[in-house]
Amino acid sequence: MKVALIGATRGMGRALARLMANRGDRLCLLGRDLEDLERSARDLEVRGSEGVVATALCDLEQFETFAPALATARSALEGLDCVVVTAGIFRSQDELEADTELALQLLQVNFSQTVAFCELARKTLLEGGGGTLCVFSSVAGERGRKPVAIYGAAKAGLSRYLEALDHKYRAAGLVTVCVKPGFVKTSMTAGLDPPPFAGEPVAVARQVLRAIDRGTPEVYVPGIWRWIMCVIRLLPRFVMRRIGF
Amino acid sequence: MTRGLGRSYGDSSLPPPGTFDVAGSVLADRILAFDPQTGVLLAESGLSLGALNQVFWPRGFASPVSTGTQYVTLGGMVAADVHGKNHHQVGTFGAHVRRLKLMLADGVVVWCSRQQKSDLFLATIGGMGLTGHILEVEVKLESIPSPWIWAESERIPDLDQFLKALKQAAEVWPFTVGWIDCLKRGRHMGRGILMRGRWATPDEAPDDPPPEKRRLTVPFELPSWVLNRLSARAFNVVYYGKHVRRQTRGIAHPETFFHPLDFVIDWNKVYGARGFTQYACVIPYGDDPRLVRDFLDLLTRLRVPSFLSVLKDFGAEGDGLLSFPKPGMSICLDIPVRRNTAEVVATLDDFLISCGGRIYLAKDAFTTAERFRVMEPRLADWLDVRQKWDPHQRLASAQSVRLFGDGQ
Repeated sequence: MKVALIGATRGMGRALARLMANRGDRLCLLGRDLEDLERSARDLEVRGSEGVVATALCDLEQFETFAPALATARSALEGLDCVVVTAGIFRSQDELEADTELALQLLQVNFSQTVAFCELARKTLLEGGGGTLCVFSSVAGERGRKPVAIYGAAKAGLSRYLEALDHKYRAAGLVTVCVKPGFVKTSMTAGLDPPPFAGEPVAVARQVLRAIDRGTPEVYVPGIWRWIMCVIRLLPRFVMRRIGF
Repeated sequence: MTRGLGRSYGDSSLPPPGTFDVAGSVLADRILAFDPQTGVLLAESGLSLGALNQVFWPRGFASPVSTGTQYVTLGGMVAADVHGKNHHQVGTFGAHVRRLKLMLADGVVVWCSRQQKSDLFLATIGGMGLTGHILEVEVKLESIPSPWIWAESERIPDLDQFLKALKQAAEVWPFTVGWIDCLKRGRHMGRGILMRGRWATPDEAPDDPPPEKRRLTVPFELPSWVLNRLSARAFNVVYYGKHVRRQTRGIAHPETFFHPLDFVIDWNKVYGARGFTQYACVIPYGDDPRLVRDFLDLLTRLRVPSFLSVLKDFGAEGDGLLSFPKPGMSICLDIPVRRNTAEVVATLDDFLISCGGRIYLAKDAFTTAERFRVMEPRLADWLDVRQKWDPHQRLASAQSVRLFGDGQ
């Protein structure tokens, strides 16, 4: 498989890229820190990726970098079967409420810029005859919740978009995989107290890779979060208003 | 200071009293370069031994030194200058390290090696992470004929025979270790099981690489009273007794052979909320087994309830300034923490001082500064080097405060 990944220098993206490298996929890493991309590229090459792991500059905050990065990936890999988006920003609700500019930046990166990137990735994949677009949203977008009011809103929008994309383009050959992680122990959540059922990146990556291979449109990781969110979605408003979750 | 996977049994990866900040290295786990011709690996310091083995076993390479747990980071292996079952042949992990990238206490990043800033390099090998944050480690991996182990084990009825058998095995076998029952007195004192092994040849080994092992967990802490002299004795009898045949041999999974403890992930919970301490020391006994016998005698007199204890004969001393191993017999035992643990450790330390032995900093939690200073004549040199690179002792741990008097 020929895969371009944005956000794969850390966390779940790093773990997923390693699984892909280990089975001999061809990879191209997109991101904004070239030196960091190169370090990850060397790591993936030793772990078995087919050929040299390519890198290209791509900053989710800068739309003009999207198209050149995807084009570089397509030419470096001589085609493209899959695009994985794990990049994004996380900030606590307190930080976002204190700094509206930060909130705006997060909303743009996690929603509008990510959707714009997906749009270009969609076109690139469809031009090549189809493929898989795997994007990391979050369980935070499932319900309006106090601790993730703003972050969750961006992720809710992203999840809706991905759902519609899958409905609209699956017949044309574009499979969309929306990953909804619960709490996973990565650099993004470092310093936070892990709740029960917190996941490990490697286990999560295994689940995601299976979903990509099978074309599962929606995957909760770790799996238990499917049932947790099932309950949360059913809770009446007056209960949600009272609990801190 | 920086903490890896936190497998030091004592306080070496804990912050000084009253402070709460430690840097964590486990997210820095990337492989940066590997040369299959020479086996030289450069990696970020948070890469774990387990992850390294998963990547390199199938490619015909292994860490030159494997510790009892695979949940250790490269940085931690350097900081504690760890040893394994092959110490008598290849020395400590530090002996195979070529270069280190450190972030010094003032934030400056430097490379050091045996040629470049060698004082800093040798103070860092076994320096418990106190000379700088270890960022990257360059180490030469061992080339292996197959990723499987040919293992043999043998029941040995008493201490004299045990020491003799260990010595004999060491002449031929790359991996040797003994497990002895510390609670047996009299004729059967020091009885136990001797294990020896080597990497299996390609014709002996199964075709497939070793699969990932399933692991058990201990779901909750057992009450402290569960582990007492009686239950420890029963465990030891069963462990010795289940080795029915005098000798067994065959192909073993490398994880089972190198990392027996990892089979149960939270095994420490067996000791209950009060936990346990490990006493790891080396006794330079020369050719006189009486010293080892005296030590075991002392243990039984102190009525220490201990599970099987590990016995390993060390080879030559490494060049790390505070490196633990030196020629002699190393004994490693778990001691459940009780009210009198500090006194027990003090008595054992006094024995070591009397015979020129030393303790292993990665395991220690109870030794006092006074006793450590007497036991470790190399400390002054190490402190000088550290003074040069970190004059204000900005990098400190609970252990360095306790043993070296940092911040006082």
